[in-house]
Amino acid sequence: MPLARVKEDALAARIAGLALFEGGWLGAARADALARLGAMGLPVRRDEYWRYTDPTALNAANPLPANRFDDSDEPAAFDAIDRLKVVFVDGVFDAAASDDLTLAGIEIERLPAAGAAHIHWARELYGVLETSGQTPVHRPFAALNTAFATDGILIRAKGHAAKPVALIYHHRAETSDAMLHHCIKLEDGAELTILESGPAAARLTKVMEVDVGSNARFHHIRLQGRDHERRAATHLFARLGQGASFKSFTLTANGRLTRNEAVIDLAGSDARAHIAGAAVGDGDFHHDDTVFVIHGAERCESRQVFKKVLKNGAVGVFQGKILVKPGAQKTDGYQISQALLLDGASQFLAKPELEIYADDVKCSHGSTSGAIDETALFYLQSRGVPRRAAQSLLVLAFLAEAIGEIEDDAIADDIRLRLEGWLNRHGAQG
Amino acid sequence: MLQIKNLHVKLQEEDKVILRGVDLNIGAGEVHAIMGPNGSGKSTLSYVLAGRDGYEVTDGSATLEGAELLGMEPEERAAAGLFLAFQYPVEIPGVGNMTFLRTAVNAQRKARGEDELSAGDFLKIVREKAKTLKIDADMLKRPVNVGFSGGEKKRNEILQMAMLEPRMCILDETDSGLDVDAMKLVSDGVNALRDAGRSFLVITHYQRLLDHIKPDVVHIMAAGRIIKTGGPELALEVENNGYADLLGEVV
Repeated sequence: MPLARVKEDALAARIAGLALFEGGWLGAARADALARLGAMGLPVRRDEYWRYTDPTALNAANPLPANRFDDSDEPAAFDAIDRLKVVFVDGVFDAAASDDLTLAGIEIERLPAAGAAHIHWARELYGVLETSGQTPVHRPFAALNTAFATDGILIRAKGHAAKPVALIYHHRAETSDAMLHHCIKLEDGAELTILESGPAAARLTKVMEVDVGSNARFHHIRLQGRDHERRAATHLFARLGQGASFKSFTLTANGRLTRNEAVIDLAGSDARAHIAGAAVGDGDFHHDDTVFVIHGAERCESRQVFKKVLKNGAVGVFQGKILVKPGAQKTDGYQISQALLLDGASQFLAKPELEIYADDVKCSHGSTSGAIDETALFYLQSRGVPRRAAQSLLVLAFLAEAIGEIEDDAIADDIRLRLEGWLNRHGAQG
Repeated sequence: MLQIKNLHVKLQEEDKVILRGVDLNIGAGEVHAIMGPNGSGKSTLSYVLAGRDGYEVTDGSATLEGAELLGMEPEERAAAGLFLAFQYPVEIPGVGNMTFLRTAVNAQRKARGEDELSAGDFLKIVREKAKTLKIDADMLKRPVNVGFSGGEKKRNEILQMAMLEPRMCILDETDSGLDVDAMKLVSDGVNALRDAGRSFLVITHYQRLLDHIKPDVVHIMAAGRIIKTGGPELALEVENNGYADLLGEVV
């Protein structure tokens, strides 16, 4: 069967049970997304961007069941931080568990409620960055999400948000299938921190579009849920104006399948984007970071720092690209992807890419995979540190550059503690 | 303190014998020096005592205050009071020097059934000891040995020794890569730790270090054995005449 036909059939099966919201500005945006999706079809392993990650479970009409993970041994994520809580259970907004959606400095609304209007600021954002992000490679699950997302949040920051907004995702039903789409707009000079935590559902498809205005500052910290059997495809699309700052960090511990895509467009000069991830996996763990950073203006800085710790046959994937467009002089681009393989069964598949069309730029990239340094281990042991503790210390040291991208020290400490907990349960040795 | 009897060691991966019957007896409070040409087995002896992988003990024993060392994990040997100052201190990116020191001190205290030091007490002690070794706050904050000069690395080894207060200290070519001033600083650090209950084994190529750290006994090692033992004058003899005469005597 020809490839196009395979993709069409897969798409037809995937969307057969989904309802398309009609009416309002949102209805129009969804109809457009459905047309985009129809033209590209669902991904297959033969697609260049899906060579290392099997999309079958994401394509399937129904999600595979996933047990919940008992995380009662740990404090809830970001518990010590004064934050505005927005709770979703299996992809549905939970008003009772959420705080009142009002916060000084920002406007916040639910997607379904805002979508029926004819005029809304989110119309200029919803599906718009996603559409730009479909070039040069297709991201079909993002288009699928724009067409069919059932819930999400719209945030417009006009000044400094009084406190962080925490998106908390719970997974309750064994076969839940969640599709969430968030739009976040930071007006010029605004500042906002978004915290995300929790597994969300047995299967999650998520899009977050972030428009960071001139000199605005956006922070994003995400703890992906520990439910081991869950599957997730997430997309982060960002556009940065002049002098804007964007920082995103993701911690992933466990997960049968995680594909985190990010497309970051440095559209204004002097903008700065840092994106980092730390992932730890044991056994049937598959984690894929697919990142595309576009330097479209002068004097922008970007950093990609992705670290993975893998054991017992866990698989890590990194596909990262920096594109420097003509005229984006004085670009400073950096990309590092590294895996620490705790045994011979685990693997790391990396595809770092640079594409540069300007002549006065500084771009560096590196990708490595290796085992724990036995010499360092002996050095620590010779000072009295027990082997297991020394291994944990070295694993945390390996992840340090990614964790170092978190600006808030309390959050960084909290993430270190969670990683130590994971290492205690799973062991840092192969 | 440290008693080594008829120690035979070969490399695990290849059939290469390195130590061919080492006998050594270091009493409490004594400073012994081992000198010898390259490849004589000096560093191997220090690694085997500290418990590094890759060596196979085919015969003999090594006891620290009566306890057999050779079956212990490296961390158990450390808790028992053994310390090796490395010839090439290891760089550990991502681990802060202070975190490293505190983890090590508390791990040993825990192994000995003592309470961990509080952050405040630890900080006070480490600052005081660092000051005498001219280790500044910045060096304490940086990752372990990363970007340290040769002299800084060796000073950092002595700081670890001072913090861990071992009974038996082995210094493996601590003078290598040091200029005259740094050698004095490091030696002063070592001398400050000398007392009746603590012993030292100083491995070196050159007599000069022994001007600063005055040994009670000097051993000459060659081809995996101690071929001659004497007082400090033996080191001077080596300095003046080289090893050739001594090696000749044996053959």
